Parts: sequence; C-alpha cells; structure tokens
Amino acid sequence: MASDDEGPLVVASTRPKKVSAKTSLQKHRQDTAAEAEEKAIQSFRKNAVEQYGRGAQVPVKSIKTKRLRENMKRMEHKFKEGAVQAKAAELLLEENPGYLEAEGLEKTYHFSQKDLQKELDVGTAKKGFELKLPNFGPYCIDYNRNGTDLLLGGRKGHVAAFDWRSSSLHTELQLNETIRDVKWLHNSQFFAVSQKKYVYIYDLKGIEIHCLKNHIEVTNMEFLPYHFLLATIGNAGWLKYQDTSTGQHVCEINTKLGSPMSMTQNQRNAIVHVGHAKGLVTLWSPNVTTPLVKMLCHKGPVRAVAVDREGYYMATAGQESLVSIWDIRTYKKVHSYSTPIPANSLHISDRGMLAIGWGSHTQVWKDALRTKANSPYIQHHTPANVVEDVRFCPFEDILGVGHVGGFESLIVPGAGEANFDALELNPFESKKQRQEAEVRLLLNKLKPEMISLDPDVIGTLDRRKAGEKDGETWQDAEKKKAEEKIEIRNRQRGKNSALRRHLRKSGKKNIIDLKRLKLEEMKEKRKRLAQGLAESKREELGPAVARFYRPPVR
Amino acid sequence: MKIKAISRSTSTYVPQGTTSAPVPRNLNPALHPFEKAREYTRALNATKLDRLFAQPFLGQLGNGHIDGVYTFAVDPKVLNRVASGSGDGVVKLWEMTDRTEVYSVKAHDGVVKDMCYSGDGKLLTCASDQKVKLWDHPSKLEGRSTKDQVKPVMTYLGANSFNSITHHRYDQVFATASSSIGIWDLSRSKPTTTLSWGSDSINVVRFNPTETSILASAGTDRSLVFYDLRMSTPVTKLITTMSTNAICWNPIEPFNLAIGNEDHNAYIFDMRKLERALNVLKDHVAAVMDVCYSPTGQELVTGSYDRTLRIYSVREHGHSRDIYHTKRMQRIFSVAFTPDSRYVLSGSDDGNIRLWRAKASERSHVRSTRERMKLEYDEALKKRYQHMPEIRRIARHRHLPKSIKKMSETKKVQLGSIKRKDDNRRKNGEKLSARVPERQKMVVKNVQ
Repeated sequence: MASDDEGPLVVASTRPKKVSAKTSLQKHRQDTAAEAEEKAIQSFRKNAVEQYGRGAQVPVKSIKTKRLRENMKRMEHKFKEGAVQAKAAELLLEENPGYLEAEGLEKTYHFSQKDLQKELDVGTAKKGFELKLPNFGPYCIDYNRNGTDLLLGGRKGHVAAFDWRSSSLHTELQLNETIRDVKWLHNSQFFAVSQKKYVYIYDLKGIEIHCLKNHIEVTNMEFLPYHFLLATIGNAGWLKYQDTSTGQHVCEINTKLGSPMSMTQNQRNAIVHVGHAKGLVTLWSPNVTTPLVKMLCHKGPVRAVAVDREGYYMATAGQESLVSIWDIRTYKKVHSYSTPIPANSLHISDRGMLAIGWGSHTQVWKDALRTKANSPYIQHHTPANVVEDVRFCPFEDILGVGHVGGFESLIVPGAGEANFDALELNPFESKKQRQEAEVRLLLNKLKPEMISLDPDVIGTLDRRKAGEKDGETWQDAEKKKAEEKIEIRNRQRGKNSALRRHLRKSGKKNIIDLKRLKLEEMKEKRKRLAQGLAESKREELGPAVARFYRPPVR
Repeated sequence: MKIKAISRSTSTYVPQGTTSAPVPRNLNPALHPFEKAREYTRALNATKLDRLFAQPFLGQLGNGHIDGVYTFAVDPKVLNRVASGSGDGVVKLWEMTDRTEVYSVKAHDGVVKDMCYSGDGKLLTCASDQKVKLWDHPSKLEGRSTKDQVKPVMTYLGANSFNSITHHRYDQVFATASSSIGIWDLSRSKPTTTLSWGSDSINVVRFNPTETSILASAGTDRSLVFYDLRMSTPVTKLITTMSTNAICWNPIEPFNLAIGNEDHNAYIFDMRKLERALNVLKDHVAAVMDVCYSPTGQELVTGSYDRTLRIYSVREHGHSRDIYHTKRMQRIFSVAFTPDSRYVLSGSDDGNIRLWRAKASERSHVRSTRERMKLEYDEALKKRYQHMPEIRRIARHRHLPKSIKKMSETKKVQLGSIKRKDDNRRKNGEKLSARVPERQKMVVKNVQ
C-alpha cells in the first residue's frame, strides 16, 4: 500500500520512492480491478439506456438558449437515470422465462408433448391438455388479455368460454348457426362472436347483450383494448370499427380488395393488418379511408398474418406454401420458410416464438424472426385433424391449437412472458382488481384519432409548414411518409443486367469508382481533423519519436 | 433434456389470509404500449379535473366595511391576523381562521389611506385627516369587546393629508408620503427628515424589506423615485408614461419590485436597471390599483379598477395565470397575499373583503399519501403536456364578465390598429425612430 509509510514526514524526496515488486503488482491488480468495475458500470448504463431509453438523445450542446439548454440537459439526465433505475429494477423480477434444451444428439423438435409433460412438475404438466369436440369443429380460439380465460368457437355453432387453469366452465352456447370468429373484449366479462350474419356480444353468463347489425357476415375480428374498438372485416371487404364502450360506430372503410383472407393487429400501434386474396397485406387505421401501407407479400392469397408484440416483425403465410417474415419498420422481407402445404394459421408469442399451423401439424419456431432458424423448436401432430387456429396464451408457456376435432393446449417452454406487470395485466387479479382496472382502462381510453403508424407521435413537434397543414391531417402526412419509404425506383432502360439491378437496389454500396474514392478520402480527412492536430503531428513524427510528443496545453 | 416452463404458484401471487396482494412490476416498454398516448390522455383528464375543481372564492371576512376597503396590513410574522382600513376611517382587525372580526375602531376622520405593521407587531395607520396613529399589539386586545374603546398608543400629526405609510424592517423608523416623504422616528412627534424630488403629491412609498435602507416612492408626476436613507437623498428617478398607483418589493429578490400602473399594466423592474422592465404583466383592462407579491416571490396578485383581480406567475410570460371576479365585486383598491401564500384577499369599493384561494383548484384538507402522490403525478403530467393544443386551450379557458370581454376585445382592436398604422408608415418609407421594445415603452426618462 502506498499509504502505510511511518516515521518522520518526508517533505520532498530527491529519489523516486522504492516500491517492491509485490506491492506494485498489488497496486496494478487493484487498478485493473477498479478499471474493470468502471467498465462494467459503463456498459450497464449503456445497456440500460438502449433497453429502457425512449429513443435518441437530444443534441443538447447545439441548443443556443442557455436556459433551454440547461433544462434539456437536466431532462436528458433524468431520462438516463430513469433508464438505469429501470434496468436496476430487473433484480426484483421474480420469475425466469422457460427453456427447453436438447442434450447430446437430441433435437428439441423430436420431443413430444408426452415427453415434456413427463419432465415437468405436475402443476405445469396439467396445463397441456386436450379437448375432444369432434362434432362442431373446426374451432377458432381466443385467450383473453391476461391469459386466464379461453374462448372456443366451433364452426357449426358451439361456443364455450372457460377458465382453462381451473378448468371451470363459464358458459357454453349452442347457437345453431355458423361461427366464423370469436374474440374476448377488454376483459373476461364480454366476448364477441361473429355468426352467420351479424356479430353478437355475449357476457360471461352467455346472455346475448348486443347484436351488431351493421357488421355483416364478418370473417375476422380484432379488439383494440386501449381504444375500446372492435374491428371487423366481412366477406364484402368492409373494415368496420365500433367503439365497445359507447356503442358508437366509429367508421367503416371499403378495402376494395374483395373478401379478406386474414386479419391481425399490431399491438404496438393498434394498426390493423389485413391479408387479401391478391397477395396483398394492407395496413389500416380508422382515420384514413385508404390503406396506410400496401405490401405485396405473396403470389396468392395471404392465408394468415401475425405481428410480434414489439411491432417489429410481421409473419405472413401465403398460398404458395411460404411463410415470410417482414420487417414492418422498413416494409422489407427478412426471409421466408416453406411449409409442405399452405399454412392455415400463424401466431407470434410474447417472447417472439412463431407458431405455424399447417394441415394437421403445428410447428413452433424459435428465434425465427430476426434470424433464419434452421429447424423448428417444437412440433406437434394431430392426425386427421386440420389445424384451424393457433394462439399463444399470454404470460404462459402454452400454445392453444384449435382444430377440426377440438382443442389442444401444448406446452412450449420459453414462449410466454414470465414477469407480468400487475398494474397493466394481472393473471391473478381479484374481482375488485378487475373492476378497478376496467375503470382505469376506461378513464385512459384512447381516441381512435390517436391511432397512427408511430404510436409516440403525440407530444412531438409538428414540423410541417403552415401551408402544408391546411386541410391535411397528420394522419395523411404520415401515410405519405410511409409511401415514400417503400417507393421502388422505376426500371431504367438499358441498365438492366442482374448485377446492376442488384446494385441499384442495394444502394450501390460496393461500386468503387473515382468519385467514391474521392469521397472516402474527404471523409478520412475530416475524421483526422476532428481527432485534432495532435494525431496528425504524431503521424508526422513517426512511431519512434511520437511517443515523446505531448500536445501543447491550451 | 433440460426443461423449464413458467409455473407460478398461486400462493405467491394470491396469498391466503391477506387482502393486500403483491403487485409485481415489469418495466419492459413492450408491456406498456401507447405510453405517450395514455400519458397524454391522463394529462388531459387531469387538466379537465383541474378546471372542474376550480372554485377560487372562499367567502368574505365578517360583514366587511360600510365604506370601501382601501388598504390592508398583513404582518408577515402572523398567519391568522389581517387588518383592513376603510373609506369612513374605520380600521378592523380580522381573525382569519374563522373569518371573524376581532375589533373595529373608528381610527380616523378621513379615508384610511394606508396601513402597515411595525417589526414588533404594532399597527400604523395613516389617513387623509393628516394623522398617523400607532395601535398596540393585537394580543393585548384579546378578550376586549368592541364596546371598549381601543385607543391609539401614539398619534403623529402632519401638515398635509397622508397617502401612504411604510415601516422599516428592523429600526424604529417609518416613512410617510404626502406632498413630500417624511421619515419619522417612532418615539418622536415630528419627522426627522423630509425628502422630495419634484412631485407635488406622492401616492405610495415602500421600504425595501431586504435592502432595508432603500425606499421607493411613486408620485402623481408619473415618477418612480428611489431614495437611500444612508445618504438621505434621492438616488434615481424614472418617469413613466402614466402614473404609478402601487409598489411592491419582491420579498425574495431584493432588487426587484412590481409596480401597478394607470396604463392597465403591472411592471416588474430591477432597481439597478431602470431603462427597461424585466417583465410586463398585461391583461387588465383598467388601471391597476394595487399589487402584492406572494411571500415566495414567484407570484403576483393585482387588483384593478376593472373589478377583477389577476394572478401572475412573475417568471413566466406576461399574461395572467388566473382571473377572479364576482358579479357583485366593485372596483378593487387593495389586494394582499396571506403570509402562507395560499390565500389572496381583495378589498373593493363595495366594502367587502373577499378571501380567495391562490390556486383555484387546490384544497386545504389533510391528504393521504395516495392522494398526494396522485396530485403530484398529475401536476407533472400537466406540466409535461402543457403545450399540446387541446390541453393548453382547456387550461387557459376562463369565463369573463361580458363587460371585461368586450373591453379586452376593444383594447385588442385599438392596440392592433396602432401597430398596423405604425407598420404601414414604416412600409411606405416614412423615416421613423427605431421600434421600441414592449418592455421599454413606458420608460420616458431616467434621471440620476
């Protein structure tokens, strides 16, 4: 240690103090330990801001007004500290997500449900079950928002709502007419059923509360919980939004693309994605009468659409036996998977697992969105029963499969979000909590006008000029912006070799010509300038002398 | 095979035998969609609730006065007592907790023009009957009925009718304003010094509470004069376009003072830099008769001849945060903040003393932690989204009496036409002097 010198105080020593090799090594170790700790803290903070921060930092230094600059600095500091604290609060998370790992020559997709159930504890194994309902299938299914209740709708008129964890039946209805889709509303007290002609709303006791007569021959329904909107689309291709808290019919939009094949919602921004027979997927908000985005995803009908929780990726299943993954920030294809026969149903779990139902098979793919997976994670076969609907249960490692012969609940370790937020959605809520949450949800109900591609648009600056604003709503502006993004350049005559086309589309990144070289040089020069003169001076002096050079103190 | 699936035990999340279930949190942003939109909705609701609960008027003190109330005296050291002086020479002392009268005394023969507390809690009153009277500490009057004659401790006689009085923060010295400024010692019957600088009549005089030897006065010759008692001379004089009715020093920032002017505005000045105002507080449609800083120095209440009182946040833009009015309230001649800065008093021509909340939607009951946290959260939300058009519209909306609305519209048109005319003249090439900033417009001249 440096501080344990005793005896008379040496005011100024002429010689450097002798330090033993041992102490110097210790000191070195301490220093490196402190350095490592500092590094760890820095990386922790960086991760925290990346994970919990809300977008890019404001360039504070360029603000000219002193008062504003100081305020912004304080705000930025506050946001950063908030993110760090949120990251630190991860320590309090009680649960860990599930996993399934193969050992040795095993493959996870070889494990059957029976194998998994054997290895799991009894309570968890019980969650995988099968309901044989051979008479009224195929079944469409829906879990409610906190994953406690399950709704089954048999095509031939059988509806059952039950608490699947305690397997207690809430209600069972025989409607004696075709059922095309079922959907829970904001909590497990109400559900909507699209029947032969109209959509009906029932309560948990099975009592018919409403008949929505302007929703005719509905094939697909989606419920937007924060806006209290029931979005439906029927055979005629009309997309209709109805407010379920006030009963107001918000809007109806003619898609003009014929009978829809599939529909889903983006949970991040409440945009409805509709898959059409032409191979198009269109994105809709209730504020604009034309689609916000049109994506040509497949050569034939789009049989199923699914969007992940974060709203980054969309999976579509086409008639040509392809399941494609799309990045819906750039509207570009990421990659695609093929299925032996066209898939019927898709769903993406909270932790990003992709479930595909094709024929009588159900497959779950892990890490299949951002990267291309080589093999499925889990497979399941229901012989002779064509899968109608697959859905992950929120906050559970469960995949519900509705098929011709009934319903099956499959265990998919690692699919569900392990740690719920009780102030948002609570699977263990009491009656009182449910009622209070309902009131709170109603108080914070969002207006349909707030639906837009960017959910954080509120509170940001409207940068359009005064002239541009006239008559044009910000939704229109957003649509325009989205269109710009997916603009594909026209074919250029005489320049159409495969390589050129590729280069053109990939932004000419690997063409190195004179102009490019010049630009690179300029870039380099600027970089050197930014690093300061010291660097260039060192270069000038050469490596042998440069180490003695110290930049002058300014 | 290594396997684990989520299995939550019910006993952890729904413990038996207790009603308080644990509330696990997960701050992952993906679990909280639409956070901006939901926050905005909450801010909007909070703003609406704020307006819903806005009930500024609390009531009047006792039965008020018979004549108009022209002055208040608030002792900064005592929370529950306020004195008021009326046009018929009556001075009343009020108990604030139950809004009752402690005593009432016919103090003067003329109008009680001004009152102030001395440092040791004695009351000084001055009136148009050329007298200044000193009244004893109110605690010594406890238990006396109004029938007992309350007698002044001391009476000082002057040559002219007094307009204003102010007491030194520590010393036994007070200053009066009549045709000149008299500096008095409490123990002497004649003024020790007389100061004047040009004016024939002085409206108001005020000691600086922090820089205690500085004195500010305003006269009918549109002057605002600063004196330093250490030199017994005037220091500097500012001539404004119209005369000043009231002066109030900022209790926190010693250099700053607010003046209420005949030109419908209140101005904040730094006494070291009188060539331009720090802020111009607009919105009144008649002369500002009285101004008073809150003890925090952040807010200013003004009472006006247009029968309204307005509250300004001094640091922010020059428009009022709130406007208070009633159907029966007449022209306001005196306003005061209570020393806890939570209430505002107004005295008007109709003889009533009205008590208002400084924050219209605030309530004074004891709050539970939950309620307090909710209010704090709402406050932060309102601040965060204050610039959103709908929130701003709701937060700013006030119902105005028809006459005030009409007058403010007329005023807007008048000012607009003056500006337009000036613009047109400049546009057509007329050589005019440079445009004067709004904060310098009322400054006519600075004299050293």
